[in-house]
Amino acid sequence: MIGAGRGRAIGLAAGLALAALAGCGGQGGGERSGDFHVGLVFDVGGIGDKSFNDLAYAGLMQAKRELGISAEYFEPTQSGDREAALRLFAQGDADLVVGVGFLFSDDIRAVAGDFPEKQFVCVDYSWSEGQEVPPNLVGLKFREEEGSFLVGALAAMVTGTGTIGFVGGMDIPLIHKFEAGYRAGAAAVEPRTRVLVHYAGVTAEAFKNPAKGKELALAQYEQGADIIFHASGSTGLGVFEAARQKGRLVIGVDADQSAEAPGHVLTSMVKCVDRVVFEEIRRALKGDFAGGVRILGLAEGGVDYARGAENSEWLTPEREARLADFARAIAAGEIRIPLE
Amino acid sequence: MSGILSLLAQTLRISVPYGLAATGGVCSERGGVVNIALEGILLHGAFFAVVGTHYSGSPCVGILAAAAGGVATASVHAFVTVTCKADQIVSGLAINIAAFGLTRGGLRLLFASASNSPRIPSPDAGLAARLPGGESALGAVLYDPLFLLAVALVAAASWLLFRTGLGLALRAAGEHPEAAHSAGFSVARLRWLGVLASGLLGGLGGAWLAFEQHSFTDQMSGGRGYIALAAMIVGKWHPLGAAAACLLFGAAETVQMRLQGSGAPTQLMQMIPFLLTILVLVLWVGRAVAPAASGRPYDPEGES
Repeated sequence: MIGAGRGRAIGLAAGLALAALAGCGGQGGGERSGDFHVGLVFDVGGIGDKSFNDLAYAGLMQAKRELGISAEYFEPTQSGDREAALRLFAQGDADLVVGVGFLFSDDIRAVAGDFPEKQFVCVDYSWSEGQEVPPNLVGLKFREEEGSFLVGALAAMVTGTGTIGFVGGMDIPLIHKFEAGYRAGAAAVEPRTRVLVHYAGVTAEAFKNPAKGKELALAQYEQGADIIFHASGSTGLGVFEAARQKGRLVIGVDADQSAEAPGHVLTSMVKCVDRVVFEEIRRALKGDFAGGVRILGLAEGGVDYARGAENSEWLTPEREARLADFARAIAAGEIRIPLE
Repeated sequence: MSGILSLLAQTLRISVPYGLAATGGVCSERGGVVNIALEGILLHGAFFAVVGTHYSGSPCVGILAAAAGGVATASVHAFVTVTCKADQIVSGLAINIAAFGLTRGGLRLLFASASNSPRIPSPDAGLAARLPGGESALGAVLYDPLFLLAVALVAAASWLLFRTGLGLALRAAGEHPEAAHSAGFSVARLRWLGVLASGLLGGLGGAWLAFEQHSFTDQMSGGRGYIALAAMIVGKWHPLGAAAACLLFGAAETVQMRLQGSGAPTQLMQMIPFLLTILVLVLWVGRAVAPAASGRPYDPEGES
C-alpha cells in the first residue's frame, strides 16, 4: 500500500511537470511572447463547465488579446493537484498566478506567503472579517445577495401565481446569501409573494445531483411556483429540465444559462468573473496591483443579471427601469440586504 | 387526490434507479460477490445511454448501449474478483473512481463539455398517448417503457433466483461454494453470471437517470449505488424485498421534499430518509444475514 501511494505521488508530480511543459510549449497554455506572464489554475471541472471556469478562461483570453500578455493554464483532475499547480506556476516565470474557486483560498494564501515577489489572485476567495491577507494576494469576493435581490424582484414582477421558488445546492451560509437576497428582492416588489425554498442536501454531492434538482423543482412547480431560481451547480440542470417539462420559468446562476432551456430562462444571476479576472490582470500589468480583499457587488460590476435576446421577452423597459432603481438604491446603501 | 397521485409518481421516479441497482446487488451478492461497483455501473449506464442515443438518434439503441456499458463494467469486476480472486471491496472502489474519470474524460472528448452532454430524446412507446390517464404524472411513469422493463426485470430476477435450478445453484455459490462445487457446478461461472446480471440491471438504472434528465451530467449517479446497497440489505437480499425498500426510500425522499417547504428546519428534514431506514431496520426487518460466502473468494483447490 505504501509503495502504491508513493508511486501515485511520483506519477502525479511527473504529470504536473509534463502538463507544465506542455503549457510552456503552447499546447493549451500559449507561449511566452509578452513581458508579462499569467498562470491560471482552474477548479475541478475545468474548461467547458459552462460556468466559473469558462468565464475565467474568457477573461484570461481577453487579456491575452487586448493586453498582449502571455498566458498558461492548468486543469487539476483532483483536489490535491491544486496547490502543486499554484506552486509550479509561482516557481516558474509567471508574474501573476490566478486560482479559480473558493477551494483555492487556503492553498493560495500559503503559496502567496512562500513567494512574496509574485502576485496572486483568488476568485471567490473565502475570507472572514479581520482575517489577514498576504500583501501580494488579491481575494475577490462577490456580493451574490445583491444580484439575487434583483432577480428576486424581477421574479415577483413576472409571476402570475404569486408563488416563486428557490432551489439551493448544499445547505450552507454561502448559498443562504442567494436565498436571502432573492427573498428580499421579491418582498420589495410584492410583500405577499410566497417563496418556496428547498435545498438538495447537506453534503457537497448536493451540487452534483440533477435528478434531485428536477424532483425538487417539479415539487415546487406542482405547489404553484411558476418561476424558480437555482443556486445549485449542476443539480440546477435538473431544474431547467423540470421547467421544460412543465412549461414554466427558471432563473440561472453564475453564468448566463439561457442555452440550458431556451424559451424558459427568465434571466440569470451572473457573477462577472470574466470581467474581474481581466481587470486584475490589467491592474497587475500596469503596476497598480494592490493586495487585499476586494468585495464586488452591483456598484463594482461584480454581479448582474443576464439581459440577452433570450430574456428580452420578459425584460420590458418598465421592469428594467425598476430594477435599475433597485440597483442604484443598493449601490448607494439605501437598501440593506440580509445575508441569512 | 391528484396531489397524492403526483406524490406517488415522484416516489416511483425516484425509486426506479434504486430498484434496478439494488436488484443487481442482490444477484451479485447472492452469488457471493460484494458489488460496491454499482455506483460506477450506474454512472457508466447513464453515460452510454446518452452516447448510444446521441449517435443513433434512437433511445432504444441508448438502452442497449447502457445495458452493454453496465455489463462491460461488471465484467471488469467479475474478472478481478472471481477470476483473479482479488479483494471485492477494493475492486469495486477502483471501478467507481475510474468511472468518474472515464465519464468525465468521455464527456470532454465527445461533447467538448465538462458539465453536461447535448440533449437526447427519451424512450416513448406511445403508450401514454393511447392509454387512459397517460397525460397525468403517474401515467407518464407507469407507461414509460423503461419503467415497465424495470418492473419485469425485478420480477424475473426474483423468479430466477428462488424458483429455478439455476437460481439455486447461484445461491449455493454464495452460501456454500464448496457444496456447489461438489454438486458439479462451476462456482466461477455462476459468480460471473451474478455479477454480469448486476451490470445489466445497474446499467439500465443509469439509463433511467439519463433519460429523466435528457442528458448526461458529470457525476450524476450521486451516490445512488450506495443507497441501492443499503436497500439490498434492508430487503434481506431478496429482489422483492429490495424493491420494497427502494420504494420506501423513494417515498421518504418525496415526503422530505414536500415537508422541507413547510418551514421545518431543513437539516432535520434531510434526516428523514436515514431515520426511517434505521427504524425499519430495527422494528421490522430485524436480523439481516448476508449470504455466508459473500465477499470471500472461492478457490476450488481449497488453498484459502
